[in-house]
Amino acid sequence: MSTPSSSLLTVLDLVPFGQTGPEHRFFALRLSRPDWPDWNRWRPGQFVMVRPLSFGLEIPWARPFGICHMTARHLICFFQVHGRGTQRMAKLAPGDEVRVWGPLGNGFAMEEDTPTLLLAGGMGIVPFVGYVNRHPQPWNLTMLFGHREPLGCYPVDSINERIPVDTLREPESGDLDDFIFTLQERIRDNAEQHGLVLACGPRPFLLTVQRLAATFGARAQLSLENRMACGVGACLGCVTRTTAAWPVAATRETPVQVCTQGPVFWASQVEL
Amino acid sequence: MDLSVTLKGQCRDLTLKNPVLTASGTFGSGLEFAPYGDLASLGGIVVKGLSLKPRQGNPRPRIVETTAGMLNAVGLQNDGVEAFLNFKLPHLPWRETAIVANLYATSPEEFRELAIRLNGEPGIAALEVNVSCPNVAAGGALFGQDPKLAHAVTRAVREGAPDKHVMVKLSPNVTDIALMARSVEDAGADSVSCINTLLGMAVDLPRRRPALANIVGGLSGPAIKPVALRCVWQVARAVRIPVVGLGGIITADDALEFLLVGASAIQVGTANFLRPDAAFALVAELPAACERAGAASPRELTGALVTD
Ligand SMILES: Cc1cc2nc3c(=O)[nH]c(=O)nc-3n(C[C@H](O)[C@H](O)[C@H](O)COP(=O)(O)OP(=O)(O)OC[C@H]3O[C@@H](n4cnc5c(N)ncnc54)[C@H](O)[C@@H]3O)c2cc1C
Ligand SMILES: Cc1cc2nc3c(=O)[nH]c(=O)nc-3n(C[C@H](O)[C@H](O)[C@H](O)COP(=O)(O)O)c2cc1C
Ligand code: FES
Repeated sequence: MSTPSSSLLTVLDLVPFGQTGPEHRFFALRLSRPDWPDWNRWRPGQFVMVRPLSFGLEIPWARPFGICHMTARHLICFFQVHGRGTQRMAKLAPGDEVRVWGPLGNGFAMEEDTPTLLLAGGMGIVPFVGYVNRHPQPWNLTMLFGHREPLGCYPVDSINERIPVDTLREPESGDLDDFIFTLQERIRDNAEQHGLVLACGPRPFLLTVQRLAATFGARAQLSLENRMACGVGACLGCVTRTTAAWPVAATRETPVQVCTQGPVFWASQVEL
Repeated sequence: MDLSVTLKGQCRDLTLKNPVLTASGTFGSGLEFAPYGDLASLGGIVVKGLSLKPRQGNPRPRIVETTAGMLNAVGLQNDGVEAFLNFKLPHLPWRETAIVANLYATSPEEFRELAIRLNGEPGIAALEVNVSCPNVAAGGALFGQDPKLAHAVTRAVREGAPDKHVMVKLSPNVTDIALMARSVEDAGADSVSCINTLLGMAVDLPRRRPALANIVGGLSGPAIKPVALRCVWQVARAVRIPVVGLGGIITADDALEFLLVGASAIQVGTANFLRPDAAFALVAELPAACERAGAASPRELTGALVTD
């Protein structure tokens, strides 16, 4: 795994995605490539802390974002506008400077020959862009994508080109039941094939995946999106509790840092 | 430029290669920041608060961002003093930089036990006594708000660790911080650090709930710098022992302001979250900042505020 470091990067461009009215809420942020010594050894599911200099002293914390794509020339993050930090990020312009540290966290398991089911909820699709692109045998991958906004808001095209993606839009509660039913079927099938289930998305979605994985005995990993201040394991703000299945005896059933011990965990080992 | 400073204590001195320490709870054990700079270049590392037994801390959410600051109610989660000594300290560059153990306990007796445990540890340069954490139900703020209790706790640590420099960390959540400083000086403290966090609160408006599970927490970051400067100023005039200043320091110029109002050294806290190399960058910028301020060393600036 690569050693993290911190760099000052330049914004190359900020591209809005989807048509959601005059105020765009979904963006691909392309930054100059960090001068990290082994930048190309990042793993899908790892993330970076992003702090535009325009935050000044007013917005102290950086914001965590999954690494969507990193090449010899650039680093791409994909984000949705939520609160004051991402609102300010939506105003970034080419040439603006952004402090970025990473790659952070552990990333998803990648088992070449194992049938792997990718479960993405909303912006939870981001780490899977990198996952699908970097997987040596993408024909072993399938994806189920649940989303609220139109498909064009999400970076789904680059995934669709390589693996089958089933999408389900969830504007009404009836569709949510459909979604959960489909989830259940797919997780059960995967468990029968001794596969791997990887999930990223909002907490209620992860809770459902966790419950279904336990029911069918599926090997599942979840990527948690807890609030973070430092991203490096120091502030103890992002912690989650572990279960009796946690492999390290000393920290069994105690809080562990999501930024350094995660953000990807085996579903049976953590309490959400 | 010679950046070194010596905190001349009543019992033990503490010499630092430069006046920049990292503040407890914002720099982990130190090892978390090793990828971002040379730990040995720091004046010192004050580690996350240690207690005798492991503590699980408070429920989440335990941190929330506020304008120019943050609130935390982490509640002193730590693996306990033994785990620190066995698994973390050996990996820290303790021969090259001062490792300061920040102590938390719920009674003077427990503080004494911690002090005794650490007194013989060659890797520990000093003890910082946390009598001021606002996030724990038992003891915590109480010790730091009652001069008699603060005196008793300081005395217990002093007696337990006669070979170590003892620094007592003061709370700003009092009416007269100078009184508190004098009481710990009387009890044998070698230095004081101020300030710890200010008690604060934030509201999650859409949910009509407190933003922290603990409801209240400690405010830190640039928002508290004016309060911290005032406290250091008042304390430095009230005691003879050296003062270590902290609260909202981000840049080298911030650090110099603390020196001017009377601090001999400073600590970098929340700034470590703005960028993980904040403390290293501050050390690197210090000589140029001193030159700009017309000083040949940071020592020259301590207490040099012009008030007439
Ligand atoms: C490891 C990791 C990877 C992530 N990857 C992506 C990504 O690739 N793309 C993306 O769009 N987002 C991602 N996120 C989420 C993203 O970090 C948050 O949306 C962002 O920090 C919100 O910042 P803000 O300033 O807009 O919101 P704020 O103003 O900070 O908060 C707005 C509201 O959202 C709540 N909130 C903020 N952050 C979180 C959180 N992490 N969990 C729960 N509630 C929260 C706040 O309490 C508040 O109510 C990721 C998060 C993590 C931890
Ligand atoms: C997340 C967090 C955890 C902290 N934990 C401790 C602690 O364990 N012991 C302690 O004495 N102070 C602790 N503090 C207080 C800081 O050391 C410091 O006094 C305070 O943050 C003010 O400085 P700053 O504004 O530079 O951050 C903590 C602060 C934060 C933000
Ligand atoms: S974000 Fe600070 S410990 Fe995880």
